[in-house]
Order: sequence, then C-alpha cells, then structure tokens
Amino acid sequence: MVVADKYEMVCGLEVHVELQTKTKIFCGCTTEFGGEQNTHVCPVCLGMPGALPVLNREVVNYAIKAGLALDCEIAEFSKFDRKNYFYPDLSKNYQTSQFDLPICIKGGLEIEVEGDKKWIGITRAHMEEDAGKLVHSGETITTSNESSVDYNRAGVPLLEIVSEPDMRSIPEVLAYLEKLVQILEYTEVSDCRLEQGSVRFDVNVSLRPIGATTLGTRTETKNLNSFSSVRRCMEYEVARQARVLEAGEKVVQETRTWDEGQGITLSLRSKEEAHDYRYFPEPDLVPLVIDREWVEKIRKTLPELPAARRARLQTLGLSAYDAGVITQAKDMADFFDAALSCGGDAKTLANWVMGDFTRLLNTNQCSVADSPISAKQLAELLTLIDKGTLSGKIAKSVLEQMYSTSKDPSRIVKEKGLAQISDEGALLGIIDGVIAANPQSVEDYRAGKDRAIGFLVGQIMKATKGQANPGLVNQLLKEKLSS
Amino acid sequence: MESLSIGKSVSELHELLVNKNISATELTKAYIDRIQAVDPDLQAYLTVLEDQALTQAAEVDQRIAQGEVLGALEGIPMALKDNMCTEGVRTSCASKMLENFIPPYNATVTDRLRTAGTILLGKVNMDEFAMGSSTENSYFTKTRNPWNLEYVPGGSSGGAAVAVAADEAAFSLGSDTGGSIRQPAAFCGVVGMKPTYGAVSRYGLIAYASSLDQIGPLTKTVRDNALVMNAIAGYDPLDSTSVPQDKPDYTKFLVNDIKGLKIGFPREYFGEGIDPDVARGIQASIQTLINLGAEVAECSLPHTEYAIPAYYLIATAEASSNLARYDGVRYGFRAEADDVLGMFRQTRAEGFGPEVKRRIMLGTYALSSGYYDAYYLKAQKVRTLIKQDFDRAFEKFDILLSPAAPTPAFKFGEKVADPLAMYLSDITTVPINLAGIPAISIPAGFVNGLPIGLQLMGKALDEGTLYRAAYTFEQNTQYHTLKPNLAREVLTCGSR
Amino acid sequence: MTISREDVEYVAALARLELTEQETQEYTEQLNSILGYAAMLERLDTSDVQPTAHAVPLHNVLREDQVKSSINHEKALRNAPDGEEGFFRVPKISLT
Ligand SMILES: [Mg+2]
Ligand SMILES: [Zn+2]
Repeated sequence: MVVADKYEMVCGLEVHVELQTKTKIFCGCTTEFGGEQNTHVCPVCLGMPGALPVLNREVVNYAIKAGLALDCEIAEFSKFDRKNYFYPDLSKNYQTSQFDLPICIKGGLEIEVEGDKKWIGITRAHMEEDAGKLVHSGETITTSNESSVDYNRAGVPLLEIVSEPDMRSIPEVLAYLEKLVQILEYTEVSDCRLEQGSVRFDVNVSLRPIGATTLGTRTETKNLNSFSSVRRCMEYEVARQARVLEAGEKVVQETRTWDEGQGITLSLRSKEEAHDYRYFPEPDLVPLVIDREWVEKIRKTLPELPAARRARLQTLGLSAYDAGVITQAKDMADFFDAALSCGGDAKTLANWVMGDFTRLLNTNQCSVADSPISAKQLAELLTLIDKGTLSGKIAKSVLEQMYSTSKDPSRIVKEKGLAQISDEGALLGIIDGVIAANPQSVEDYRAGKDRAIGFLVGQIMKATKGQANPGLVNQLLKEKLSS
Repeated sequence: MESLSIGKSVSELHELLVNKNISATELTKAYIDRIQAVDPDLQAYLTVLEDQALTQAAEVDQRIAQGEVLGALEGIPMALKDNMCTEGVRTSCASKMLENFIPPYNATVTDRLRTAGTILLGKVNMDEFAMGSSTENSYFTKTRNPWNLEYVPGGSSGGAAVAVAADEAAFSLGSDTGGSIRQPAAFCGVVGMKPTYGAVSRYGLIAYASSLDQIGPLTKTVRDNALVMNAIAGYDPLDSTSVPQDKPDYTKFLVNDIKGLKIGFPREYFGEGIDPDVARGIQASIQTLINLGAEVAECSLPHTEYAIPAYYLIATAEASSNLARYDGVRYGFRAEADDVLGMFRQTRAEGFGPEVKRRIMLGTYALSSGYYDAYYLKAQKVRTLIKQDFDRAFEKFDILLSPAAPTPAFKFGEKVADPLAMYLSDITTVPINLAGIPAISIPAGFVNGLPIGLQLMGKALDEGTLYRAAYTFEQNTQYHTLKPNLAREVLTCGSR
Repeated sequence: MTISREDVEYVAALARLELTEQETQEYTEQLNSILGYAAMLERLDTSDVQPTAHAVPLHNVLREDQVKSSINHEKALRNAPDGEEGFFRVPKISLT
C-alpha cells in the first residue's frame, strides 16, 4: 500500500485465539463464556498466595494441532516463562506465557488478494493465559473513577500467533486474518466467536519510504476484536503515522489502544519501563518435551484443510469460485461433503447448497449447524429430482417445507401428493381430454402455429396442478397431434 | 498432665495415647497450658487455635473410644509455620501485607497432617515472607531463643524451631529456601530436615523463591522426623514440581549402624567465616562418626563460594515476581490512593517490610532489561556448576557433612545493619537448595551454652541414608536429650 | 558496575514500590554492596555451561481437561479489600 505517494506500509499481526478446552490452562475452572462475575475462579486463577499451576494437556494438544495446520514446526523442547507487569486484571501481576522457546515455530499460510498469491510467514505460536476483565464505572477507562475486576476469564487458554511483518496492504491483512480464522475453525481448536472475544488482534504497523529496506518505527495497537475494527484502525493509524512523518517528526514506538467510538487510536503505556517485562523461566511449571510420536498422533486428527478441500471439490467439477464459497466455513463444507456422500452430482448439489439452501438459512438467520434440514435429506431431495419424481420448481417448495417441518422430502411428497406424474397411461387420458376441449388450438398447431402447443401444455399442467412431467407431456402431446 | 507429656517425643506421646495414659484432649490442653506459660517470653506463636485444637482432639478421643487403631501422628499436637495455608485460619507470612489474610483453601501439607489426625495448635512466627536468618524480620514480634533469650532463634523458621525446642509443640513444619529449617534447628537444638526439592508438595506454601522452597519437619528426634516425613512426603498432582515417586517408609532407615558408610567433609565448609568453636564441635562429631564405623574423608566442592551470590540473585529474582501479586486488589493490605498506580505503589510501600523490599529491589534489578544475562542467567549457570560439584562428590561418598551454620545463634540486632553480612552467614546451607538435594541438621553440641548443629547432606531422594546416619549419631550422643532451662530463663526475663 | 540513584528509582517504578528519599539512598548503597559482592561470578567462565532453572529434571507434567468445582463467591471475595456485588474494585486506572 502506497501512502501519500511516498510511504509503504508494513504490517505484522499478533492474534490471540481462545482454545476450545473445557477448563482453564492451569486450573480446573470452567472456560464457559458468561457466568456471574468471579464464579469461575479458584485459588490458582485468582493468584492466591501459595496456589500453583498445573498445565492442561488438552491445551498442548490444541496448540500442536493449530501449529500443524499453520505449517509450523513443533518444538521438541519448549517451556513456560513469566512475563512480569502490573495490571489489575492480571491476578498474579505476571502472565504465564512462553518466551524464547515457544511450542510452534516457522510456519505460514498463503493468501490471495485480487488473484495474486502471497505467503505470509508465521514466526511463532505460543500458549499463554488470558487475563481477567475490567468493567468501568464510566464510559471509558480514562473517564471512570473506579473499575471492577472479574477474573472469570483469567487463565482461559490462549494461543498467540505471531506473523512476520509480511503484509503490505490492508486487504492483505484482512485476507490473512480471514484465512487464519478459517484454519482455526477448521481444526476446531477454537470456536472463533469474535463477538465473545475469543479471537483478538494486535496490529503492528509502520511506514517506510518506498524503496527502503529497513523497517520504520512501529506502533502496536492492542485488543481489536473484529475485522472491521482492524480495517478502520489501520486506516487511521497509517494516516496518523503519515502525518507525523510528513510533519518531519518521528513515530514513537509505543502501545496504543483503539477507541471504537471515536474511531481513533490512543497512546497506552508509553513509558519505557512498560516494555521491561523481565521474562524468566516459570519455576512452577516444568518443560514440555514433545516427541514425534505425540505430533504424529495429533496430525492424524487434523481435518482436510481449506486449501486441500477446495482442490478436491474442483476435481469433482466445481468451479474455483464455487469450491471457495463452499469451503469458506467448515460446517458448510462438512454439510456439502455429507450430502455428496449420499450420491448425486457434485455440481447440482453445489448449486442447491449455495443457492436455495443458503438463502433459506439466511432468511431464517440459521447456521448450518442448526439447520433443520440434514445433509441426507437434501441429498434425497436431489435424488427425487433426478429420478423425475419432482420437478425443480416443486422441489423448491418441498425444500421450504423440509425446513419448517424437518421431515424427509419423500414423506412431504407423499403426504401432499406432490409426485410428478410420469405415468404415460394417466397422462394420455388427460391429454386426450385437453385435445378434445380445445379444438381451435389443435387446429392452429396443425396449421403450423407452433406456439399453440405451449397453450396446450399449459392446460395439461394446470389440469395436473403442475405435477405432470413437462418433458413427457411435450413428447406425448406431439405424438398425439402428429398421428 | 504437663509432667507426663511435655518434653516427650512424638513416638513417646503416641505410646501414651495408645496405652490411654493420657487422652488427646488432655495432651492438647497440656500443650496449650505450656504455650500460655512460656510463649509470652518466647513469642513463637502468631496464632494459637485453642478451640479448634480441642475440637480436633475430641475427635481423636472419640476414635480412641471406638477402639480404632491410632496412626503414628494421630492426636499429636503440632504447629505450622505461618506461610502454609490453613483454610479459615489466618496465614500472615508474618507480614503486614497478609495481616488479615484468611486462605480459602488448605496447603497440601495441612491436609495431609489433618488426614494423619494431628492437632494444629497454631501458626508460628517467621521472617516476613521467609526472608531472613533470624526471625527478626517478622512484622509482628521477635521470637527468642529458648537457650538464651537475648539471642535470635535463627530463621526464617524461627517460630517453628522454638516451638519444638521449648516444648510448645510436639513437632512443627518449617520451610527452607536457603537454610530456613536447618539453621534455626541448629540454633535451637532440634532436628530439622530440608527434603529433596519436590519430595514434599509446595501447594499452599506461600512462595518466596519457587525453585528453591521446600517444606520439612522440625522435631525433637530423628525418629519423629521420619514419622512426620511419612505423613507429608509423596507425589501431589497439584504441584507440577512434585516428584512422582513412591514414597518410602522413612522409619525403615532408622538403624543404629553406619559401618562402612562413606562420608565426605567438604573443606570449603570449614574455612573462612566458620566460628572456630563450631568447627571444633563438628570435628568432634566427625570423630564420633569414625568411631561408629563410618569412613570419613575430606573432599572439595570447589564452587561453594559462588553459592551465596548465585543464591541471592536467583531467590530474589523469583521473589520479585512471586510477591508482585500483593497489590491490594484481591486480598491483603491496601493503601488508599486516587488511582491504581498510586494504590499499587503505596500498598506495597506500606505493606512490605524493609528486607522484603530490599529483596524485591535486588531481584527486579537482576531480571531487568540489560542485566538479565549478567546476573540472573549467570546465576543459573553457576547453579549448574554447584550441582555438578555435588554430583561429583556423591560419586565417592554416600553423604557429606558440615556445620549447619557457621556460628551459633547471635544476639538480636547484631546483623541487622549489614544485609550482606547476614546473607554471608547462609554459606553452609544455600548450596544445598541450589542443588535441590536433601540435608538434615541434628544437635551436635554447644558453644557458650548455645546449641550447634551437624548438617548431613545426601543424594537427591536419598533422605533414607540421612536418617540412618542421623539416627546412629543421635543414638550414640546425648545432645538431643538436653533441654533449655526455660524456668530460669523465663524468670530472668519476667523480672526485667 | 555501580548502581545509580536513577537505576534504583527505575527498579522501584518497575516493582511498584513507593520509596522514601532515605530508602532510595539506603537501597542504592546496599544494592551496590551486594551486587559488588556478586561481581565475583564474573570470574567464572560459564560460556559452555547450561543454566539450571529446576532443581529436579522433570518434564511433561500435565493435567486432564476435567472441570473441577470453582470456589464460591463468598470465599473468592472474602479477603478483598474492596469487593462489591461480586467484583473486586480498584480506583481509577490511568493510561500513562
Ligand atoms: Mg502475549
Ligand atoms: Zn481457577
């Protein structure tokens, strides 16, 4: 991204993802969202004197799984460290994290922006504990005379994923985040509920003159929790830094906070001491030694990742675009695969899934996971069309009824007598009646007015309440008229 | 009842209870009477739990009445250093910061002793946050040495040592980060064991320096010590550094025989700074051990002199982080201020005593940007060298011996002015914590009427051999049978 | 290496300790004395020595992901200097 014709933006991201364990990283308290304040707490996560942490095995399993999905190396030896700083939401006034020997290193993922593919490096991913939540008496932290602390979140396991400063534009950043969240959802290491704060973004941005090879001074804006905040924050911060540079001043290396209401970033802890975290090895936890056997065991649990899935769907005849849409979210892709496994044509299925099925869900604000229509039922519906039992048009209304009743399509067809009439004997009787009742149209047709056959077909469809097989009606009618 | 019970060892008291010579309630009352009689002068206790203790004793009596077989510690009155969490009972760490702190949970040792049926008489004094070697750093009171009330009891487990030495408890638990069990045990003439790091759970022990802290028993006899270890040692899933081993029956090692035992005495522990009288006392102990059939030879632990700086850098660095949680938000003392930063700074300024602040300052400095490598990392590397010294020595010897402290107890105020001098007096004990190995201090004589201790050091998880050697030494000496003449001391003190 | 007054003030700020003038002076002297003594460590060549962080070499101490009951409100807040409506309360948080 070129700013003010002179500067190039450089961006790296730190993404904090809440792992989907049942309990906190170092104690047996539940990680359940919500709950009355300070009820999901114990001596360990309250930082009570004498309490000690014990690492949750599942946190390690999830970290390994995410690392593998992000193309990382899993470190054979890693350890925990204490990051020391005072803040009221931090119950021990240090965060147990990983410093110089994180569990995942040297990974990355491929993004695509306007057809251009680019590899974004992931420097590392490490396990750490979340802090508690501050509730302010006033509008914002600065205008409040006092604040309240809820430690329910304190100790919830996080994976912090640190990218290389490889992104050069806001669309690249957004593409990276979407891809990252997609992979994390796919691997089911996190539910990625952004609105509940289970994914948070720290954005490191700097500008440098175009052509420069060294990095400019960066700022770190912490704790953004939606893609749109990231976009707006970056737009603001890039413009702000450009103004600072244009004025001949220097950008201060500092931590900033995003004010969603005002749409601006504000300086947070600018004092030099704020960066002196005095990391040292956590004496209350012992190191982790992860052998290849453990890694391979986790690798076996990895699902097919979005890129591989997209490629597979394309080999089944889907366009790149369709494959992309279907694999965007894992539950949709899983639904598609489940329906496909019941037989049928992939392309037709894709059209239905992306079209009527998605429209129905959207209208009802329903997620794929909560869909009253099962994959098997959708597949059955398509089979009914394929066999000629249902016309495409009637199938659409059957789908709607499936949504509201959760019934199998065959049952709906039976109950409502919606089956397409493909029985020649039955159709011939109706055709004879229509021919007898419309001598003028028969005359017109025979005189060469082809349009007249359309009217006759319409009459037959009307007589069968649309259930006649239109192809068969056409064929039989033509045979009758020409005999 | 006092004449019957006070002054007896845990195993003797157990016999009295089993034979119904005394009830647990009578025994507990006798101890409470004793505390009321002598503690106004000795100041070992910060909290006495008379009602709770008598309730617990009544429960034991009920079990006796029902004919249940009594466990070795059942009905035995004891005391805990005030840095071990006791649910519902104030745990102050002898600090203003935790003056009113009532833990919502028990330390693992508290639970285990409760399960063993012991009776908690109360919580005993210590240096604030276990930082000190004289118990003078307690926010609340100065505990006196029962052998001479003008002398310190040692520290930081001063209250725990005095309670046992003055028969205010049948046994006690202390914690030892750099000698805090062994040195006061030596100063007060009792048996004090610092087990292998990880042998006893630290869960619920209010941390000073996590990689060095270890809980252990202070007792009148070596047998008592092994009995208490039987109750408190063993794997605890709540402490990640707890060693997953099957705990042995430590009393199995109590044999009066050390023939052929190879004992090394490191020359560095007998050099500069060691009181010549103490050195002479330990030489006499060496002769006793030789007479009993041990093979004793000199050896060297060449990095010993580096142990003090390495220890003080590591311990204070960890402490600076461990003590960060005392900020006035969740528990403990809070100073009022207009904003959080001011509240943090003022709370910590007023809530901590000078020695604690000094160590927080030193530790913060050692970890701060630019100094980490020169101080903290360097100290951790020196720790490796010190560990290797011991590994090498244990290739040749079964155990090592030294004075438990370079001097006998000193007078109040003698070392307060010079922190470095106070730190240097830990030279015989801190290397053991750095190496994580076990060591025991046992009574080994007197200098000017004050007890001195013999320290025996063992291989990791080999407490058994230490018990064997200590037991043999004890059975063949009389030091442990001598008692401070408290009546006279208390009288002298009271008339002042 | 000598520790200056400014060093002591910086460290006190990091450790969130309000020091009096006298304490600042005392700690400057005492830290100099203690760290002066610790300078003896420089005599040791430790370039090939691995640091020891744990006395006993254990690894992979892990807990199963099973929920244990949390402590109740009353217990959680019992020691709070300012606890109201189930929250721990703190005075104004300033940003800088
Ligand atoms: Mg982090
Ligand atoms: Zn908890």
